[in-house]
Amino acid sequence: MARFSVHFKTILTLSWRNLWRNRRRTAIMLGAISVGVWAMIFMTALMRGMVDDMLNQGIRNLPGHVQIQHPEFLDDPNVVNSIDEAQGDLLAALKDDGTRVWANRIRVPAVIASERESRGVNLVGIEPLSEAEITGLPGQIAAGRFLESNDDKGLVIGAKLAERLETRLGKRVVVMSQDPDNNIAERGFRVVGIYRAELAAQEEFNVYAARATLQKLLKIEGRVSQIVLVDDDYRDVEALYQRVAEAAPEGVEVKPWYEIDTYLAVMFNMMDGFVLVWVVIIFLALSFGLVNTLVMAVFERIREIGLIQALGMRPGLIVYQILLESLLLLLIGLFIGNLLALITIKPLEDGLDVSIVAEGMAMMGAGSVIYPNLSLYDVMLANVVVILLGILTSILPAWRASQLDPVRALNTH
Amino acid sequence: MRDVTLRMAWRNLWRHWRRTWLTVGAMIFSNGLLIFAMSLQFGSYDMMIDNSLQAYSGHLQLQHPRYLDEPKMRYAVDDITATGARLRRELGLESISARAAGFALASSEERSYGLQIIGVDPAREPLVSTLPGLVKQGRYLEPGVAGEIVIGAVLARNLKVKTGDELTFIGSGFDDSFAAGIVRVVGIFESGIADLDRALAQVDLAYFQEVFAMQERGHSLTVRAQHIDDVESLQAKIATLLDNNESTLLRHWDELQPGLRQAIQADMASNSFMYIVLIVLVAFSVLNTQLMSVLERTREFGTMMALGLQPGRLARLVMLETALMTALGLVLGIVVGLIINLYLSRVGFSYPGMDEVALKFNLPERIYPAISVASMTLGPAAVAVGSLLAALYPALRLYLLTPIEAMRAV
Amino acid sequence: MSSIRCRQLCKTFKQGDEIITGLDHIDLDIDEGEFVCLSGPSGSGKTTLLNAIGGLDTPDSGEIHMGDIRVDQLERGPLADMRLHHIGFVFQAYNLIPVLTAQENVEFVMEVQGMAASERAQKARDILKEVGLEGMEDRRPAQLSGGQQQRVAVARAIVSHPDLVLADEPTANLDSVSAGHLMGLFQELNQHHKITFVISTHDKRVMRYARRLIKMQDGKIIGDEAQ
Repeated sequence: MARFSVHFKTILTLSWRNLWRNRRRTAIMLGAISVGVWAMIFMTALMRGMVDDMLNQGIRNLPGHVQIQHPEFLDDPNVVNSIDEAQGDLLAALKDDGTRVWANRIRVPAVIASERESRGVNLVGIEPLSEAEITGLPGQIAAGRFLESNDDKGLVIGAKLAERLETRLGKRVVVMSQDPDNNIAERGFRVVGIYRAELAAQEEFNVYAARATLQKLLKIEGRVSQIVLVDDDYRDVEALYQRVAEAAPEGVEVKPWYEIDTYLAVMFNMMDGFVLVWVVIIFLALSFGLVNTLVMAVFERIREIGLIQALGMRPGLIVYQILLESLLLLLIGLFIGNLLALITIKPLEDGLDVSIVAEGMAMMGAGSVIYPNLSLYDVMLANVVVILLGILTSILPAWRASQLDPVRALNTH
Repeated sequence: MRDVTLRMAWRNLWRHWRRTWLTVGAMIFSNGLLIFAMSLQFGSYDMMIDNSLQAYSGHLQLQHPRYLDEPKMRYAVDDITATGARLRRELGLESISARAAGFALASSEERSYGLQIIGVDPAREPLVSTLPGLVKQGRYLEPGVAGEIVIGAVLARNLKVKTGDELTFIGSGFDDSFAAGIVRVVGIFESGIADLDRALAQVDLAYFQEVFAMQERGHSLTVRAQHIDDVESLQAKIATLLDNNESTLLRHWDELQPGLRQAIQADMASNSFMYIVLIVLVAFSVLNTQLMSVLERTREFGTMMALGLQPGRLARLVMLETALMTALGLVLGIVVGLIINLYLSRVGFSYPGMDEVALKFNLPERIYPAISVASMTLGPAAVAVGSLLAALYPALRLYLLTPIEAMRAV
Repeated sequence: MSSIRCRQLCKTFKQGDEIITGLDHIDLDIDEGEFVCLSGPSGSGKTTLLNAIGGLDTPDSGEIHMGDIRVDQLERGPLADMRLHHIGFVFQAYNLIPVLTAQENVEFVMEVQGMAASERAQKARDILKEVGLEGMEDRRPAQLSGGQQQRVAVARAIVSHPDLVLADEPTANLDSVSAGHLMGLFQELNQHHKITFVISTHDKRVMRYARRLIKMQDGKIIGDEAQ
């Protein structure tokens, strides 16, 4: 062991000094590794941020991390496909402290008419107190107020819809839908609040009323369209899903978000794949330069390597020394690259404004501001890939160096 | 190769053949990758644009100037059928179809839903939109037949109707009058585009005009050009034909579907970042190789200067070497890129989960590369420029060299 | 361009903390067609003087005239042109371009001078024949002996008929047979082509060929005699 550590110190010193013999070359290679690592982390953080935003927004519109509903409801969101409000075992399970927020919801298609125009909308009956934590809607009120109780008589509509209907705050509108018996259910509402949403389509489409008020209008007292549950982190809803699925009564369907919106699920899963592919591609582009640097370093030192071999250094130690040199180079490059990424991502924490392509981002389901997400997992991945693959690509030039014939090496000019 | 300088440059490359091939290898790798990525990118953009526009909105629409921002019934175009006929005649282009649109509440026996009801010219609609061809049950509308409707598949499911069933609809007409009708579902289309399948229905234009009290008015003349590249010239032609009629405005697809171009731009921006990183990494490789190559030949350069060569001449030699190396990387990279592209244009490209994403962007489940001069050369050309720029530093350093010191160098 | 005139040439170098005198008030006239040897121990200033005359190095003070031209006052560009068109250099270590064949090494200078390809190929073949390398035109420097390489260097130096050939220790790496051949070649070129030769050496065999022998020591000329 002592012998090993002496060796190690000597070889470390040798590697370190050798690294700086050709300062320019080392500096250029460090530049390349730093830029590469920076790009790996920076790009990944931006993409993660964008996808996170998409997922957050998308899931918020579902709007639950886990939803309970009639099995037919997702395909046919009609008033007849309703379920009982949470009760019995289910209610007990929901009240268990593991669930952060849950709420009953009604969602039916409806027609809304002002004096001038009419539109098809998605009429949502909510429980106002839970809404802040489910969709964040109360925070988006641009004029007027949010709904205050489960039997509030007001209506909250989007700014875009108000414009389309040529109506405004305080005006009355008529909402038409149908009850389970296919009779027209119609009622006048006063617009008490106007909200603005990140995505214009929502603003035009979603109209909010209080849950109990709608139950009365639609003649479905005691029944709702969905029960939505929100957990702390959408990435980890398995436990909640299992618990609720067990407690749910017969004839209802319990689904986690990733089964409800498969596009979001794909985006979520694809992101990890994308990060890996991106990191590996950048590494490959770097690897040519890395091998090049090592090949040249060995070439320049042929005589010297011959000499230390002649002096009795075993080939294994030569491999060892060159690998160590490569590792040092990689580590310094990684350090600078990580630092650069940190420095460039920090000022973007408040968001990178991409509103110039806002409607395009909306098409992808993302907002017009990207908040980079520097995840530890991605940073680790980039670093580990660079070190592992870096050592792997260095093995060949190192091994070749150890195979040099000392006599011929010494006679090389 | 009668030129000694060229021969010298070429042979210099192979003094360290491993180093040269590694550098050229980095170029080939990047060029191949750039060609692959750009071709797929362009290919998917083309398809995205085509599929999105062909489905419904067309390439150009003649509308009331305010209709785009406020799609209300009263912002209509007068004499729409006659204008359409005139344009078809003067342009010699059949794919121009008139439409009128309104909102209505449709009810079947069991259900009621709000929907967008469109009056179309059944003879011409198939020329501007793929929707008529996507009727999966029943048939499309027949010209001049009143009381028939085709609806989207999701809507049909939600209304619980099938072909042959009757629907009643109520809405308000052009003059704010009460508009209502009873129609028979003759066809159900399935486009895969959720917005269309969920909330769109089509009836005959004349019938629509009658029910909604539109008289001879409509809301748009939808035009489909022969090819997407012809859109701008067609737009200019139509504009002259209509000679600055202020009651109408010709909208480009950019305006009709602003999200489309922006989605492409956002995608291009993020892709460009990745491309630039690749190019910069190649440039680093070239910088490293050429700087080493210049430094180890300091003595030789000293000799050449002593013989009377100007530093500029030596710098040109270094740039020539870089250019040769770059050309090698360019040609081989394009060959590699072409092989990948030819392969993919046979089998298509796909990855796990792509079908879900593709659906969102109106793309098929496999995408095929667009092999064009641009997609094949843009990336390699950028790599070449990057490489040459990187070689400027070692080349320009030669101006600092003095023959005596250079010849003393080891 | 003809005769060389040096007046009060001075040049010092710094080596560490020490200041070394390279040239110390040198006055020297060399006429057209002369065959001059500079001799003296290493460090005596022979190479520095050659470099100054050839415009590779600029003196600290003093004047160098070549015909009507003040060599010491030329800019880098014109200096390079002067070397390219009027001066041939032969170095101690041959200094051939390793990737070029003998023929191409000779052609290269002419190409830079802007000569047509066919003309320079013929000239290169002729001159290589003249220096005794017929049949070796396509060999690379590594495939030639030291003497052969030096003859290629000479061919390169004289192929475009310079007015002056400056040779710095040309025989230092050669055996005596090769050295003798080289000096014979110089002598012949001097007589046939009227090229001025200035050769620095501390090789006795070389000095025998000189028609004028200049002895240097510590940057000064300590002897100058015709032979």
